[in-house]
Amino acid sequence: MRPATRLALLVGWLGYALIPWYLPDGMSLTGFGWLAGYPFGKAGTALALALSGSAPWLLPVGIALVVATLLSNRQPGTATGSTLIWTGLAGLVFFFAQGFAITLKGQGIPWLAALLGGAGAAQPGMGFGAFLTVLSLLLLLCHGLAYRGVCRGDVFTTSSIGIVIMLIGLFIFLPVATILRSALVDSDGGLALGDFVERFLSPSIWGLGCLTANTNCGVAWNTLILAVLTGVITTLLGLACALLILRTGMPGKRAMRLLTVLPIITPPFVIGLALILLFGRSGLFSTLLFEWFGVPRSRWIYGLPGVLLAQVLAFAPIAFLVLIGVVQGISPSLEEASQTLGAKRWTTFRTVTWPLLRPGLANAFLLGFVESMADFGNPLVLGGNFEVLSTKIFFAVVGAAHNQGQAAVLAIVLLGFTLAAFWAQQRWLGSKSYTTVTGKGDSGLPTPLPRRITWISALVIGPWVALTAVIYVVILMGGFVKTMGRDYTPTLQHYITGFSIDFSRGLYFDGSAWPSFFTTLKLAAISAPLTALIGLLTAYLLTRQRFAGRGALEFATMLSFAIPGTVLGVAYILAFNVPPVEITGTGLILVIAFVFRNMPVGVRSGIAGLSQIDKSLDEASTTLSARSFTTLWRVVLPLLRPALVAALVYSFVRSMTTVSAVIFLVSAEYNLATAYIVGRVEAGEFGLAIAYSSVLIVVMAIGISLIQLGVGERKLGRRGTPALASSAAEPIKQG
Amino acid sequence: MQKSNWLRAGLLATLAGGALLAATPASAQGSLVMYCGVQEEWCRAMSGAFEKETGIKVAMTRKSAGEVYAQVKAEASNPRGDIWWGGTGDPHLQAAEEGLTLEYESPVNKDLHPWALSQWNAAKKRTVGIYAGALGFGFNTQQIKAKGLAEPKCWADLLNAKLKDDVQVADPNSSGTAYTLLATVVQLMGEEKGFDYLKALHKNISQYTKSGAAPAKAASLGETAVGIVFIHDAVVFAVQGDPIKPVAPCEGTGYEIGSMSIVKGARNLDNAKKFYDWALTPAAQALGAPAKSYQVPSNKNAPVPTQAPKMEEMKLINYDFVKYGSSAERVRLLTKWDKEIKALPK
Repeated sequence: MRPATRLALLVGWLGYALIPWYLPDGMSLTGFGWLAGYPFGKAGTALALALSGSAPWLLPVGIALVVATLLSNRQPGTATGSTLIWTGLAGLVFFFAQGFAITLKGQGIPWLAALLGGAGAAQPGMGFGAFLTVLSLLLLLCHGLAYRGVCRGDVFTTSSIGIVIMLIGLFIFLPVATILRSALVDSDGGLALGDFVERFLSPSIWGLGCLTANTNCGVAWNTLILAVLTGVITTLLGLACALLILRTGMPGKRAMRLLTVLPIITPPFVIGLALILLFGRSGLFSTLLFEWFGVPRSRWIYGLPGVLLAQVLAFAPIAFLVLIGVVQGISPSLEEASQTLGAKRWTTFRTVTWPLLRPGLANAFLLGFVESMADFGNPLVLGGNFEVLSTKIFFAVVGAAHNQGQAAVLAIVLLGFTLAAFWAQQRWLGSKSYTTVTGKGDSGLPTPLPRRITWISALVIGPWVALTAVIYVVILMGGFVKTMGRDYTPTLQHYITGFSIDFSRGLYFDGSAWPSFFTTLKLAAISAPLTALIGLLTAYLLTRQRFAGRGALEFATMLSFAIPGTVLGVAYILAFNVPPVEITGTGLILVIAFVFRNMPVGVRSGIAGLSQIDKSLDEASTTLSARSFTTLWRVVLPLLRPALVAALVYSFVRSMTTVSAVIFLVSAEYNLATAYIVGRVEAGEFGLAIAYSSVLIVVMAIGISLIQLGVGERKLGRRGTPALASSAAEPIKQG
Repeated sequence: MQKSNWLRAGLLATLAGGALLAATPASAQGSLVMYCGVQEEWCRAMSGAFEKETGIKVAMTRKSAGEVYAQVKAEASNPRGDIWWGGTGDPHLQAAEEGLTLEYESPVNKDLHPWALSQWNAAKKRTVGIYAGALGFGFNTQQIKAKGLAEPKCWADLLNAKLKDDVQVADPNSSGTAYTLLATVVQLMGEEKGFDYLKALHKNISQYTKSGAAPAKAASLGETAVGIVFIHDAVVFAVQGDPIKPVAPCEGTGYEIGSMSIVKGARNLDNAKKFYDWALTPAAQALGAPAKSYQVPSNKNAPVPTQAPKMEEMKLINYDFVKYGSSAERVRLLTKWDKEIKALPK
């Protein structure tokens, strides 16, 4: 056995014999009252509980560990590998069998529970002991596979794949399956296929009334049209912006870059709210147009145009973040070669640069498309009579109809669209190579943009930037005036209500917004690095390793992203409110929801970045006898810095701004800023809501700067042109 | 070895983070988990006052009534909440019908208004009325003046052709407020005439909003001339000084009964009952008005907020909560509304 495997085994024994198996009530790191009775009782260890007979079903898991221990002095060969595989597998099977069979009294799988633990067997939710043990069993299985030569015998690779698969299975597949099951059963739990078919084919989903009569189209078509438009427009805007910033000497680039990122760090509802204050019937612009030019006030903002506008403003920065990494990574030497062969700038752009942009474009479109489908806040505020799937699902769950089955059916439609988009993206990219970051050092100067592209880009970007700027003026002002839109008396009242600090008794955070603010900050700071870690690791495995089921895994990572937050929230409650994984009401469930909901961005930007980096760099590292972890850490990761920044920033920001996914998961102790803001909006206190949002924007801006500072820029060894070097927006280091 | 170190480091970090986060809410002794269905400020006032009075630590979460219902239902196999306070009555009745909440008879019941007790009877003791609010509409005074209209006073006034595309109400599929309108119109005019009224109204509706109170906000901002809402939702904006005027329609109107239920399987049952009794006292019910909630309290001895719409001056219909709160009738009416009203061309 290799030392790594022994360590994995040690972890297993630690979890099985020393650390409390279950998650007891009232557990904390400050008081130790919950430890009473250790190693028996509520905080007992598996070994003690199994041997004392109070939880005999835990014994087989221990036996698997014993068998593995007996192997610890054998040579790490094929035979040892096979035994390890079987031991780990058996341990896992026993572990999950008892976990899902024996839960609360009268639940779980009764016949299996009776078989394993006798009648009336019950157990609470699993804790850290169980977590370490199952991890160890999984590692033993994966190491066994490596001993048998899977993935070139690399222990790190097999272990990573195993862990990623288990996490995705537990935190994406299990909840999604739980909620989708409810589409097929009626309220008594019986199978009801007829209902399902009837709901699925309903004209409210697929109707085409808007083409023939003056009624609304089916909600599926609305969603699809909106998502395609949002995807295309955000991708083009992101591309234009990335090209302008990286390939031209345009003035004011730094300010522009800041502005484009602002919408991403803006809590939901706020952009919609600002749009209403600007373009609504009594909005600033509408009033001006009416009074100066007699343009009648209208309600055009409510419906497809308004939602589209808000979504484009909100999601174009995501496309920009993906594309700036890709544009930066395109090797100038190919473009130089094209020009040397006599091609004009435009021809070069069309035949060389554009094709190389494909992975970035495809990923940016997919993100915009999926984001638009899952978006909830903007359609809620601006939708009018334009219904989309995400709001419809939300109100199927919480609305007066209380129809969870309907929600699940709509969720299936939504998933279908995502699946189709994913498939189309794969088809478009095909199996071509997009590698441009190679081991060869200096590779030429980036070609300046053809003039017509520059002009088009500038024309597109100009109004967008201006609109964004105006919106943020409104948001900034909104916090400092009494009632935006009616009474512009300056006041600090909103900030005092939310964020007053009382110094009279030492430091006391008095304002009503502080508790949710601190919780949000803490949870976002914990989940961001975890998201980036799991996301980039998954991207690395997907692009650089060959293993069975790779496509399925890639799709599974997109799944949690495609499912609207509300459905995911309900799914998490349904799946994790009862043992074996009983974590509702804790901060842990929020962190897990954040991590697995935001992971796709890490995966997407990782894949886009990795497909540009030549494999020969990995191979060179491997040839120099570095193991895959060393290669990943020393070679790939430094080249992936833009992707890492994107993943960290995005998950940090999203954790601070998500509403729909967490609205069911927040508890008294773990309330979040967004839930608080939504409450303010509902109560009509726009001032406080906007003030709180402004504070969050500032905090997120600081967070992003810290992330940028901490991760640093990647050094690509490209020569800078004077124009580029002076731009300083994205300083490209001198080779 | 380096790779496993790295794995282990990640693992330890996860563990440490997890341990911090998994600290479950304080032990069962002396605490209460409250799901609150009204607006934040009122929720806070209630939980704070109860804490001060009894020393019981209240963990309060605020959600809309529908969200609380969805959560209580999802958690049914392993309940987390103890008391569900506030929010419109229908989800409470629905939960009672599904056996998600517990029967309880408070000694304070004798001091309650008859409508609060009829809610309690309708739910077979599983929920009780804590406040009432009548349905009506709010209109934007400036917009109505600009259109040259007289102030609307009745349901019939909303059919005026000059109000085309200028009335908002929520979608009854998503909002309890709008469902109350549907049920009220059906009870007031009879089912056939009621649907005729809604069909005529449909021509004037610019948008069926998602949230029930949203039309009040829209009317106060001037985004719509008239918003059909619970009157107290319009009063909030009027008190702020917005140009909105709340109206109790002259033909008569329905009302909601904000309710309170004890979650079945509550972990802190004794404290939940303590809260239940306390929340029905005049002192506790007086907390609404300072928190800008102008509903009428259910205890006869509780002071009625001066800004509150005067229920005794309105023509209230005899709203049948048993019939229109049942899920069968609701599904029937909503399906009919979807088919006959929502699908209509404008």
